[in-house]
Amino acid sequence: MPDSQAIVMEHEAHNPALLHHFADAQQQKNAASLGMWLFLVTEIMFFGGMFCAYLVYRLAHFNAFAAASQQLSIGMGAFNTAVLIVSSITVVLAVKAAEAGKRKVLVGYLIITVLLGMTFLVVKGFEYREKFEKHHVPGSTFKFTDTFDDNGKQIPVNPKEAELFFSLYFAMTGMHALHMIIGCGLFGVLTVFAWKGHYSPGYFTPIENAGLYWHLVDIIWIYLFPLLYLISRHS
Amino acid sequence: MASTVIPANQTLAPTPKLNYLNNGHTLKSWLLTTDHKRIALLYLISVTVFFFLGGFFAMLIRLELLTPQGDLMQADTYNKVFTMHGMIMVFFFLIPVVPAVLGNFLVPLMIGAKDLAFPRINLLSWYLYITAGTLFLHCMLTGGVDTGWTFYTPYSTVGSNTNVIEAGLAVFIAGFSSIFTGLNFIVTIHRMRAPGLTWDRLPLFIWANYATSLIMILGTPVIAITVVLVAVERLFHLGIFDPRLGGDPLLFQHLFWFYSHPAVYIMILPSMGVISELIACFARKRIFGYKFVALSSLAIAVFGFLVWAHHMFVAGISLYAAMIFSFLSFSVGVPSAVKVFNWTATLYKSSISYATPMLYAFGFIGLFTIGGLTGLMLATIGIDVHVTDTYFVVAHFHYVMVGGVLMGYLGGLHFWWPKISGRMYPESWAKLSALLVFVGFNLTFFPQFILGYVGMPRRYWQYPPEFQVLNVLSTAGSSVLAVGYLLPMIYLLWSLKYGPIAEANPWGAAGLEWQTTSPPPTFNFDETPVVTWEAYNYDEIPAPKQLEAPGAR
Amino acid sequence: MSEHEEHTSHSQAFYLAIGIGLLVLTATTVGAAFVNLGPFNPIIALLIATIKATLVVLFFMHVKGASEKLTGAVVVSGFFFLAILLSLSLADYLTRSWR
Repeated sequence: MPDSQAIVMEHEAHNPALLHHFADAQQQKNAASLGMWLFLVTEIMFFGGMFCAYLVYRLAHFNAFAAASQQLSIGMGAFNTAVLIVSSITVVLAVKAAEAGKRKVLVGYLIITVLLGMTFLVVKGFEYREKFEKHHVPGSTFKFTDTFDDNGKQIPVNPKEAELFFSLYFAMTGMHALHMIIGCGLFGVLTVFAWKGHYSPGYFTPIENAGLYWHLVDIIWIYLFPLLYLISRHS
Repeated sequence: MASTVIPANQTLAPTPKLNYLNNGHTLKSWLLTTDHKRIALLYLISVTVFFFLGGFFAMLIRLELLTPQGDLMQADTYNKVFTMHGMIMVFFFLIPVVPAVLGNFLVPLMIGAKDLAFPRINLLSWYLYITAGTLFLHCMLTGGVDTGWTFYTPYSTVGSNTNVIEAGLAVFIAGFSSIFTGLNFIVTIHRMRAPGLTWDRLPLFIWANYATSLIMILGTPVIAITVVLVAVERLFHLGIFDPRLGGDPLLFQHLFWFYSHPAVYIMILPSMGVISELIACFARKRIFGYKFVALSSLAIAVFGFLVWAHHMFVAGISLYAAMIFSFLSFSVGVPSAVKVFNWTATLYKSSISYATPMLYAFGFIGLFTIGGLTGLMLATIGIDVHVTDTYFVVAHFHYVMVGGVLMGYLGGLHFWWPKISGRMYPESWAKLSALLVFVGFNLTFFPQFILGYVGMPRRYWQYPPEFQVLNVLSTAGSSVLAVGYLLPMIYLLWSLKYGPIAEANPWGAAGLEWQTTSPPPTFNFDETPVVTWEAYNYDEIPAPKQLEAPGAR
Repeated sequence: MSEHEEHTSHSQAFYLAIGIGLLVLTATTVGAAFVNLGPFNPIIALLIATIKATLVVLFFMHVKGASEKLTGAVVVSGFFFLAILLSLSLADYLTRSWR
C-alpha cells in the first residue's frame, strides 16, 4: 500500500494510527469515543437553545404557530425523515463493514450515505423554494394570509406571529441543514480515505465517530419533524 | 514514602537535559507545537495581552469617573469603552485564563500523562482563540461595540449601530475555543490518568478543572446559538427576539444567562482549585475534608445551571420564577462555603509559611468571601430590586472575578512559575506586588459597594457631585492596582534570564508535577509514574529550606 | 472490558429490523397527525419521536452493550441539562401573570 509509508513517517511505532502520547490503541480509541460523545452533548445544547425558543413561543402564540405549521409540506418532511433513517442504517452498516475489514462494502455504504444526505438537502431546497414562492420567508416580503386550517375553519392569526414561526423554522432547519452539509463533506472525505485503505478492523475510529455525528443529526431531525410539521394539525 | 521525595542528585543537576523550552527554538516549533506546555505559554502571552488591553479600558473608565462631568469622553464613547472592557475581560481573559494557561500546563502533569488526549485540538483551540481575538480587535479598531458585554436585545438587534455581528462572531469563536479546551480536559482526566491515580487521589485542581470543563461543554453551546440568533436577526431580519413579531427580548436574557451565569463558575472554579493546592502546600497539611472540597466543585458546576434568572429579577420575569431562582441561588452558597470553611480548617494548627503564593491565597479567601456574601445579598429579591444596575453589583462581581479569579491566577502563576520557567521569581518584589494588588483592589472596589448602595447607577459617564469623593478613592485605588499588576509582568520576565535556577520541587510540594524536572521534558515524565499515595501527603514530605526563610532566595 | 467493545455490533438483519421499525414509527406518527386526538396529538408525536431517538441511541450508536456506563452517563447528562434549560425557562413563562 503506498499510503502506509506516509502514515508510518507521520506516526512512528508499530501501530501506524497510534499516537505517541497514548499507552495503547485501546486507550486512544476510548479517548476518541468519549471526546466524540462530549461533542455530541455540545450539539444537543446548541440546538437546545432553539428548541427552548420554539417551546416558549409555541406556548405564547399557539394559534399563529398552528396555522403557520399547517403550511409546511408533510409529504416532503416525511420523505426526508425516511431518507435520514435509511442513511442512518447505511451508516451503521458502514461501521460494521469497517469493523469486519470489508473495504469495498465500507466504501459502498459510505457513498450511499453521502447520496442520501444530498437527497435530503435537495428536498430541503425544494421546500425552501416553496416558502419563497408563498412569501413565507421572514423579512419585508413576508405575507401570511393562510388562516384556514385543513377543515376550512378560520383561525384568528396575527401574521407577525406567523413570521416568528417561520423565523424559527428557518433557523432550526437551516442549522440542521448546515450540519447535514458538514456531515456529507465529512463522509465524502472518509470515503476517499476508506478507498485508500486507511482503516482496518484494528482502527476505524473516524468511521465510528462520524457515524455517531450522523446519528445525532438524524435524532435532531426526528424531533424537528413532529415539532414543526405534525403536532399542530388538530388544534 | 520514599517514592514521593525527589532524589537529591536529580534536583541539584543544572538541567542539561532537553526540556520543553529548549526543545526547538524556531517560531514554527512554537506555532505548530502540540505540546500542552508550549500551548499553555502561547495562551499565557495572549491572555496577558488581552488583560492589559482590558485593563487599559478599565483605566479609561476610572479616569472618566474621576470627575462628575463627562470631560474625558461623552456617552457614546463611554458606552463603547465599558463594553470593550467587559467583553475583553470576560471572554478573552477571565474565561480562558486559569484553565487555558495553568490548566493546560498542569492537567497532564498532575495526572501523570504525556499530553492532553487531543493535542492537535488543543492547538486548534488556541488558534480559535487568536482568531476570535483578532476579529475582536478589528471590531474594536473599526468603531467598537456599545451594547455592553451582555448583548441585550432588542438594543443589540435593532438599536445599536455598532458592529454587533463581528463582536458576536468573535464571542462565538472564542466559545468554541473554550468548548474544545473543556472537552480535552474531560477526556484527558477520564482516560489518561497514571496507574494508581484513582479519582479520590486526584489533586483538587484537577477536580476543579473537571467541573469547569463540564460547564464549558454544557453551557457554551447555548450562548453560541444565542449570538448566532442575534446575528441572523440583524442580518436577515429573522425576528426571534423581536417584540414587534411577538418575540420576547427576555428569552434572549434567559438563553444568555443560562451560559453566562455558569460562566462565572468557569472563571472562579479553577482559581478555587489553585487555592486548594496553595493552602495545602504552604500549610503543609492535607486539605481538610478532601472529598467534600472535591465534590463541592461538581456541586457548584451543577447548581450553577439552576440560578441564572437572578440576573433578571427586575427585567420582567414572573414573581413565582423569581422566587424559585432566588431560592436556588442561595443553594450555590453551600458548596462555596464548604470550600472556604475547609480551607480555613486546613489552616488551623498548621505550619503556615508566608510565601507569595500563600499571600494571594489569603487574599483570595478574604475577597472571595466578601464577593460571595454580597452575592447572597443580591440573591435576595428585596435587596436586589434596590441595588440592581448600581455600583453595588459592579463591586460584587469584581470582588468575585478580580478579587477571586485574579488572586487565584496570580497565586498559581507564582507557585508554578519555577515549574513553568525553570527559574525562581524575586520573592520580595513579588510580596510587594501582592500587597499592592490587595490594597489597590480594596481601595478600588470597596467604595463602589457604598456608591451602589446609596444609589449610583452603573454604565453612566457622569454622576451627581455628591458621589465624587468615593469615585476619586476608587480611581486612586485602580492606579495602585495597575502598578500591582504591571510589577509581576516585569519581574517575571526579568526572572526568565536572571532568576535563580529552580529545583524540581522548590516548595516541597506534593503532586506529580513536582516529581519531574523544572522545566519538564517535552513528554513530561521519563517514565510513567505509578501513584500509591493519597493527594497532599505532606506529612511524608520534608519542608524545603526556603519556606523556613522566605525571601532568602 | 476491552474485549466487549469488539462485540457491540449486531448482525445486519438486526440493524435492518431496527431501521424498519424506525420507518414504521415514522409512518405511524404521520398517520397519527391526521387523526384528531385533541391534546394528545403533540404528546403522541413527541412520544414516538422519543422512542425513535432512543432506538437510534441504544442500537445504532451502540450505547446499549457499551463496555462502560460512562457513555450512557454522558448522554443522560446532555438531555438532563437540556431539560433544566427548558423547565426553568418555562417556570418563568408559564407563571407570568400579564400574559
